Amino acid sequence: MLDISVAFNRYKFLGYEFLTWLWFLIENEQNTINEIVQEPMSLEIGNRIVLENLRKEVLESITIQGDDAGLEEGIMALRKGAVVTEINLVYKGNDFESNFTVKGEGLSISGLKVPQSGHVESRKDMEGAVIEKVYLYNRVLQLTDSLFKQFIRLRGSNDWLSKVVPRIRQWIHS
Amino acid sequence: MGLLSSTVSVTRYKVEGKIEEPILDTIAKGLKENVIKDVDEDISEKKVGWTSFENPFMPDFRGSSFVIGTHMVFSLRIDKKAIPQKTIRKHYAIEAAKRLTESERQFLTRDEKKIVKDHVTDTLMLRIPSTPHLYDLIWDYDSSSLCFFSNLKSANEELETLFLQSFQLSLIRLFPFTLADLTMGLSDGERDNLAKLSPTNFTG
Repeated sequence: MLDISVAFNRYKFLGYEFLTWLWFLIENEQNTINEIVQEPMSLEIGNRIVLENLRKEVLESITIQGDDAGLEEGIMALRKGAVVTEINLVYKGNDFESNFTVKGEGLSISGLKVPQSGHVESRKDMEGAVIEKVYLYNRVLQLTDSLFKQFIRLRGSNDWLSKVVPRIRQWIHS
Repeated sequence: MGLLSSTVSVTRYKVEGKIEEPILDTIAKGLKENVIKDVDEDISEKKVGWTSFENPFMPDFRGSSFVIGTHMVFSLRIDKKAIPQKTIRKHYAIEAAKRLTESERQFLTRDEKKIVKDHVTDTLMLRIPSTPHLYDLIWDYDSSSLCFFSNLKSANEELETLFLQSFQLSLIRLFPFTLADLTMGLSDGERDNLAKLSPTNFTG
């Protein structure tokens, strides 16, 4: 395998393209998300999205933030060649809601909120709380893994350029 | 950042390799040998080591105290002392003046100034308490996966170094390429394709 730091820098565009594709799916193809995840759920854009135009000599960064912020400027940025570098997501499933931010370059998760576990008073409570939290965090990680896996399979296939990218372009320019 | 906090950050790793049986004993040995040492009675600026998740200020790795369910749960602790530069300057000025008076001289040589500064810094390091920073982790040995509850670059670097030193196992950070290459079960052909990918132009 490639040196880790070389691989990180050379392929971080995959993370940006993944988040850009994900935004496209959320806006246009929720049913595809349900098919990938195979559970009744919804995924929405949360209160923050960051785009960067990496094709220009001087880095351009656009941050859209706020609960009711319009995303039109983000679409404008996509038209100019930007990609999504960070996105806040709201994941709602049966009896479950989570909010978290994914950064494209490392696919690290920050600001992850899951339903509160019970009050911890004893070691037994603490063990129960840890097991519950691990389960809840894993639900979020399994969601992002499933979506990323689908993206990677698509990205390496002929369908990426022949079917997916034209649909994303159509969305950007509509 | 604690894994039971209301908001967490997660960096994921793949653990490369296996450790010798009995696994829990080997891990406990690695934890005990690299437990956080007290920095408060030391002139060191920083100490890094493992501590218990349940009791981070009195680490204890006896038995299987670090096992919860099917996971190993423990914490990285980084204790740091930071002396404000203004405090060092103040104590240096006092100490330098004292030495000049004692030696009845007007100036200190460059070497003497350095000795005074090092002495002042060491003395202050002994006097000020350290600030502990705790970062929890969950290690699922069977799936060779580890979640570290921080995205801080410095904390992640300390984790990678201490983990290798303690267990002789490498941690491979999972980012887009490694996540795809190592965890997605891609065929050899798909992995070759992955390595050849270049950025997409979405604008047409």
